[in-house]
Amino acid sequence: MATTVRPAAAADGVPDVPGHLTRADRIELLRAMLSMRLLEERAMSLYRQGRVPGSFYDGFGQEAVSAGAAFAMAAEDRLCILHRDLAAHVVRGVEPERILAQYMGRATGVTRGRDGNVHFGDKDRGCVGMVSMLPDMMLVATGMAMAFKLRGEARAALTFFGDGSTSRGDFHEALNWAAVQRLPVIFVLENNQYAYSTPTALQFAVDPVERAHAYGIAGASVDGNDVEAVFEAVRVARERAVAGGGPTLVEAVTMRMHGHAAHDDMRYVPAELLERWRERDPVELQAARLRALPDPVDVDALRAEVQAEVDAATQAALAAPMPDPATALEGLFAEEAVPLGDGRAPWSGFAGADAARGEG
Amino acid sequence: MPTLTYLQAISDGLREEMRADERVFVMGEDVGVFGGAFKVTDGFVDEFGADRVMDTPLAESGIVGTAVGAAVVGMRPVCEMQFADFIACGFDQLVNVAGKMHYRQGLAVPITVRLPSGGGFSGGPFHSQNPEAWFMHAPGLKVVAPSTPEDAKGLLTKAIRDPNPVVYLEHKHLYRRIKGEVAAGSYETDFTARIAREGTDLTVVAYGAMVHTALEATAPEQLDGASVEVLDLRSLVPLDEAAILASVRKTSKVVVLDEANATCAAGAQVAALIAEHGFEDLDGPVVRVAAPDVPIPFSPPLEQAVLPGVDRVKEACRDLLAY
Repeated sequence: MATTVRPAAAADGVPDVPGHLTRADRIELLRAMLSMRLLEERAMSLYRQGRVPGSFYDGFGQEAVSAGAAFAMAAEDRLCILHRDLAAHVVRGVEPERILAQYMGRATGVTRGRDGNVHFGDKDRGCVGMVSMLPDMMLVATGMAMAFKLRGEARAALTFFGDGSTSRGDFHEALNWAAVQRLPVIFVLENNQYAYSTPTALQFAVDPVERAHAYGIAGASVDGNDVEAVFEAVRVARERAVAGGGPTLVEAVTMRMHGHAAHDDMRYVPAELLERWRERDPVELQAARLRALPDPVDVDALRAEVQAEVDAATQAALAAPMPDPATALEGLFAEEAVPLGDGRAPWSGFAGADAARGEG
Repeated sequence: MPTLTYLQAISDGLREEMRADERVFVMGEDVGVFGGAFKVTDGFVDEFGADRVMDTPLAESGIVGTAVGAAVVGMRPVCEMQFADFIACGFDQLVNVAGKMHYRQGLAVPITVRLPSGGGFSGGPFHSQNPEAWFMHAPGLKVVAPSTPEDAKGLLTKAIRDPNPVVYLEHKHLYRRIKGEVAAGSYETDFTARIAREGTDLTVVAYGAMVHTALEATAPEQLDGASVEVLDLRSLVPLDEAAILASVRKTSKVVVLDEANATCAAGAQVAALIAEHGFEDLDGPVVRVAAPDVPIPFSPPLEQAVLPGVDRVKEACRDLLAY
């Protein structure tokens, strides 16, 4: 079964992405990826215990994409986040306890039990949750950027989408619309090689980055398992966006290391393909990079710290109540329109962001 | 008070809101220099500029989807579908993204989607539809359909100010045919029904262009002096159930009139409501008049055979009065 995996940087010669990341930033990136990895591991075991209703979707092996991309976005920017992008929520400041409560359908989850798994966005942190029809959010992000441009604001919108999404009309409508209006929007394509069981070779005949160029917008392919490379690509795209340079498609080449959802044994993926990608685990790549610094980072301590957060969050989420059935009809209509609020933006490159960051 | 056509009243309402609130802008195909396919935004680009009277690519999903994005970051977009029929191409964004947003995420989506709807002039199967029932069946959307110039303006103002997605059906056959007094300045019309004509012997429940058909068909001289009440729903979601049931209590006989295809139409919901909550007040069966379940044909004799007209409504009322 053919796929369009392209060669990425080797694990042993961990590439250094120069410039815009301080030591604290690089640790923060690893922390976000570890949070995603450990939260999803915990959620998977809660699912197996029958505590997560419905199905369970994760982004194992893709942590670098959402962590790196979200890290490049400012507090006043806006994001539309997909189902394999948990680290983006973590970067924006959504508490682990609310994430686990979300999976379990608790009243304290981000959607208060109204929607499941990773179908959420914290409106108070500038994020809109996905719908299952992909890639509808590409148009929503395009519209956010349209509003920024109409009002003359130096802000950008970002959305994630997958390789399968490139086949649907909304992908084409969004790329074309954003190009025609030259909008400050960043389209992050998570090319994880499979849309459910369908490999990219059955999805498109043209390189997605070439498609971006065909629509008249900038496009770049990046190693989606290198969090600093993803950050850098999105940072550049954002800089272009807020400077009036228009949209960018960033293709993050990665691999979906788990099934489409918890029930999927992924027998359609060649074992050697998974093996090859397992050697390039994004969390381990960043950990190796930080261990190799002249003043090595204590990754084990960091992992233990994040694990403790996840353990505490699990207890809190398990103790949280289920929603009251009497509230099932509430909130269909809004009484007032409150726009999205600002999110957390921990990157040191944003002025004033230091106060929001845990690290010195 | 100035006399305006239904079309001019829509323009007037939109213009007032755009003057009063800089968050309001209109977007759609050919709405700019051309002024829209029906000229609702004629001259707008000179007053408000091309940014706020936005000619978009030919992409209905794009129009609705980008409007959602603009709305959640503080704008108040008014989308124009060139014809109501084309909302089928934007259905997913409206139903799945806009309609479910507040329930799921507590995030308001204040957009207005204008749908030039209805038949009567050989528009054929793709320029004559009345798709309101699609959206009545989709939780999270409000659906309104004015029949008079006064309500066309007031309901549009209310729709634009509403913090939710509102589907606004403007009937093409009323655009230049119907005139009426419209107050200058800004006013809102509530999403409730109104009695278009008081009566005591029978009620016709209608909305949009069918209100005028009902009024003509049930004028006293048409039905041997019978006193027929015509209830103009104005809003389908929310549906003014109290007004419907009150009229049933008064007259005990009801004809429910839709221009839309009969199955699962707005009128079907009205009939179900009466069956469930007004049964004891009835003095005869609830009678429905609607378009049969075929696409709206092009050729005039075929179209006339499908769309409910004055004669059909009159006949239905005559039969029910004699029941």
